[in-house]
Amino acid sequence: MTTRDIVFTAVGAVTALSALLSVTTKQVVHAALWLLVSLGSLAGAYLVLGQELVGLVQLLVYVGAIVVLVLFALMLTRAPIGPHAEIDTPWRQRLAGALLGAATTALLASLLLPLFSGATADLDTPTTTTPQVAQAVFGTWVWPFELLSVLLLVALIGAFAVSRLVLHRDGGHGARRPATVPSGARADGRG
Amino acid sequence: MSDLAPWLEVVLRAVAVLAAFLVLPLLVGQTEHKVMAHMQGRLGPMYAGGFHGWAQLVADGVKFVQKEDITPARADRWVFRLAPFVALIPYLVALAVIPLSPRVVGADVDASVVLVLAVIGVGVIGTLMAGWASANKYSLLGAMRAAAQLVSYELPMVLAVASVALAAGSLSLVSIAEAWNPWWLLWQLPGAVVFLVAALAELQRPPFDMPLADSEIVFGAFTEYTGLRFAFFLLAEYAGIVVMSLLFAVLYLGGWAGPFEQWLGWVWTVLKGFLVAVVVIWLRVSWPRMREDQLQRLAWVWLVPMALVQLALTAVGVVVFS
Repeated sequence: MTTRDIVFTAVGAVTALSALLSVTTKQVVHAALWLLVSLGSLAGAYLVLGQELVGLVQLLVYVGAIVVLVLFALMLTRAPIGPHAEIDTPWRQRLAGALLGAATTALLASLLLPLFSGATADLDTPTTTTPQVAQAVFGTWVWPFELLSVLLLVALIGAFAVSRLVLHRDGGHGARRPATVPSGARADGRG
Repeated sequence: MSDLAPWLEVVLRAVAVLAAFLVLPLLVGQTEHKVMAHMQGRLGPMYAGGFHGWAQLVADGVKFVQKEDITPARADRWVFRLAPFVALIPYLVALAVIPLSPRVVGADVDASVVLVLAVIGVGVIGTLMAGWASANKYSLLGAMRAAAQLVSYELPMVLAVASVALAAGSLSLVSIAEAWNPWWLLWQLPGAVVFLVAALAELQRPPFDMPLADSEIVFGAFTEYTGLRFAFFLLAEYAGIVVMSLLFAVLYLGGWAGPFEQWLGWVWTVLKGFLVAVVVIWLRVSWPRMREDQLQRLAWVWLVPMALVQLALTAVGVVVFS
């Protein structure tokens, strides 16, 4: 066991544990906060594996933007403090969720573990991977990348159009209040 | 410091960053007291301690420590108590990677500009946690306003920084400042304006202090906080000013570029950053608070297009001149 192994194990354990807590907690805002811890420590796992840029983008997009939007949306609902009987799930749903989660885990594990069981990464010679990632995205994969950009742009314009439509049906109330439009659209733009 | 044992070097660097983190925000706080007192003819901050009211900040500190640490009965205890630290720590991490000169830097990270932007975005979660866990309507409103504002202003900010990174051809703050030359003052001017405005909004400083708006929602997300925990939120604000000012100095003013930069490099960076901090304070005393819709309009109708134009301008410049 090297120091890196220990750090990686610790970060991985935090990721898994907070993910588990996120789906089992009875308080809806706590679930979002645990999700935050989970996604943040996943960024830490990328960092330990030497993939700096991926880790940072994970932090920027998921922790800094997506979970903030989740929290923001939760706060627009009642999101009570403490457990609440009204928004609890029945045991059947829980059982189905557990089964589905276990099945997905088993499927992914059976697929990925044999594929990457012998894989090693050389972390002792410090190399910067950022230019390689850039070259891959804007060289080899430039067409899929551009296609995805167009898709996101379409989603963004679509979101804008839909919200405008709703506003006009209301009789123009708050038509000059773009706050809800771009913040929703940004999740697509940054994702 | 490369001839030291690795663990000793790490400890020394961490201590140095922590010291800077504790000293620089207080310096900015003291400057704000004095600059505001002079600009607005305020008499209060000029008394404590005699000469020019030098002890006002100490008195404030003593006051915060003495106050009782109250957690409201209906609050979500742990989230409420953790929130100030979640707001504070991102700025500590950001300060660790901002270089004062090529050699004076807490941790020289490869993609440091992405790291700074990423951790600054995390800070808002502290405000959201504080607002929700306080079990107070004013707090919740303040947190929502803060989140809406930060989400809107992060985009122009990232675009402005992307333009600088494009111009320098690097994501490392050290390389960006080294690639800087005086022409950037003109070439990157729209981006610099966008960055400064977006930074003010991210810090929720006046004129962008809608989330705190004391005449409408008491003190926003921080309404229920007292004593040291409240002081931590204030410290986070001032640490934010330090981080943004230094970042502006490194990105747009060339950082350590100046006479005798071999020896005085870090002094130039700190001086430039301090100048930006004074501008931030100056803007606070000279502008009234913006309304929520004006605030969003400014971000989406002015800043985002400006940042996009800057990005195009930079791209053209890079292609033509290199």
